[in-house]
Amino acid sequence: MPSFQAGILNFRGGAMRGIVLAGILWTVALGQCAVANDTLYGDLGGSAGIQKIVDAEMVYHLKNPRIKTQFDDTNIERLKEQLVIFICQVAGGPCRYTGHDLHTVHKGMHLTVADFNSSVEDMQHAMDDLGIAYATQNRLLARLAPFERDIVTR
Amino acid sequence: MFPRSLGLSLLTVLFLVEGSQAFADDALPGLEGQSAALFDEGKLLATGGVSQVEGAGGGGLTPWALITGYGTRDGIGFNAHFTYIDLTDYQLVSPGISVGLFDRLELSYAWQAFDTESTGAALGLGQGFTFHQNIYGAKLRLIGDAVYDQDTWLPQIAVGLQHKENDQAAIIAAVGGRNSVGTDFYIAATKLFLAESLLTDVTLRETKANQFGILGFGGDKHDNYSAQVEASAAYLISRKFALGAEVRTKPSNLSVAHEGTAFDIFASYFLDKNLSGTLAYTDLGNIVIHNHQDGVYLSLQAGL
Repeated sequence: MPSFQAGILNFRGGAMRGIVLAGILWTVALGQCAVANDTLYGDLGGSAGIQKIVDAEMVYHLKNPRIKTQFDDTNIERLKEQLVIFICQVAGGPCRYTGHDLHTVHKGMHLTVADFNSSVEDMQHAMDDLGIAYATQNRLLARLAPFERDIVTR
Repeated sequence: MFPRSLGLSLLTVLFLVEGSQAFADDALPGLEGQSAALFDEGKLLATGGVSQVEGAGGGGLTPWALITGYGTRDGIGFNAHFTYIDLTDYQLVSPGISVGLFDRLELSYAWQAFDTESTGAALGLGQGFTFHQNIYGAKLRLIGDAVYDQDTWLPQIAVGLQHKENDQAAIIAAVGGRNSVGTDFYIAATKLFLAESLLTDVTLRETKANQFGILGFGGDKHDNYSAQVEASAAYLISRKFALGAEVRTKPSNLSVAHEGTAFDIFASYFLDKNLSGTLAYTDLGNIVIHNHQDGVYLSLQAGL
C-alpha cells in the first residue's frame, strides 16, 4: 500500500472503530432494555422487602429538610400503603395500583427537580441500609425515573 | 507561567464553594432559601460528569451532553478542576473552571501547558519547551434527559464549541501547521442505561486541531475541517465509583508526523457533590517524534 494513503486509511480506520464500538455498546444496552426483566420484584424481597424499603425511606423523607414539610397534612400510613402497592406494580409484582395517577397526586405541590432527586437519595439510603445491591437499586430507579415528568411540576 | 488571573479565578471558586456551604449550615431562613435556589446542588451524584481534557463537562477525553456541575434546571453549578497527564515523553498540566447554567448552558475555560521535556531539546526548541493553550468552551443542551428518560431510546443531545488559542504560532508554522487559533464544533449524545448501570456517550467533532490544538490547526497535508468520532462508556459500580473507557479519533493534518487515535481507561470517584477525582491510563498514540505516548491521567475537581 502506498505510504501516502496509509495516514488517511488509518484515520478512517480509527473513526470506523469508534463508530462500531459505540454502535455495539448502544445495541447491547438497548437490547437489555427491551427484555422485560421481571425478576426485580423478587430481587427486592417481594412484598415484605418493598414494605421495608418504604418504611425506611419514609423515615428519611420525614427528616429531610428539603421535602419534610410536604408531609405535614399527610396520612403517613395510608401513603406508605399506596407506595408499597405502586412500587410492587412497577417492579413487576402481583399488585394493582388503583390510586390517583402521580401527576394528579403531585399537582400543586410545586416540587422541583432538586426535591425529586432529594427523595431519590432518601430511597437510595434506605436501600443501602437494607443491603440491596446497587445494580438492583438502579433497576428499580430506572422504572421510577420517568415519573419525574409527573411529579416535578415547577 | 501560571496566569495570575486564573489563579484568582480558582480562589474565587473555592471561596464560593466554601461560602455556599456556610450559607447552607447557617440558619438564616430567608437567605437559606435564596442560596438553595441559586446553587441548588440538586442533581444526583455523578450526573454532572467530570471535566474532560479541554474543560467541558464529560469524561476524560470526550465532552458529554450533560451540563457540568450539580445545578438543576432551577439552579447553577460550578467547577474548578486540575488535570495532569504524564506521558512517556511529554507532560500536560491543565487547570480550568466551568459553570453550568440551569442545566441548559455550560461555559468553560481551561488553560493547558504541554511540556515537551527532553523532546524539546532533541527538536532544537530547548529542554522543557512548552506550548500553552487557552480553551474557551460553550455547550447548549438541546433535547432529552439522560437520567429521567429511561422509557425512551432518545439520548440527551447537546451541541458545543471549543475555541482554542495556542501561543506558539512560529513553531506551529515551522512544523507545517496552518494556524495557531482554531475552533472545534461538536454534537454529543449521552444516554444513561440506568437499569444496566451503564452510561454511554457518542460525540461527533468537526475539527482542524493537531494533537488537540497543541500543534495548531490545519496542516500542510490537510487543511479542512474533518469529522471525528469520540465515544465513552462508564459502568457505575456504586453511587460514588465508576469505571469506563473512551476512544477519540483525531485528524492527521501534518506530514511531519502521523496522528492516531487516543484511548483511555478511567476510574472516577465521587467523594460527594463537592469533590471528585479521576485516575486513568491513557494512550494518546504517536506525538511528533515519539510513538505510543501513554501514561497516567489524573484529574481533581471541586465544585457544587
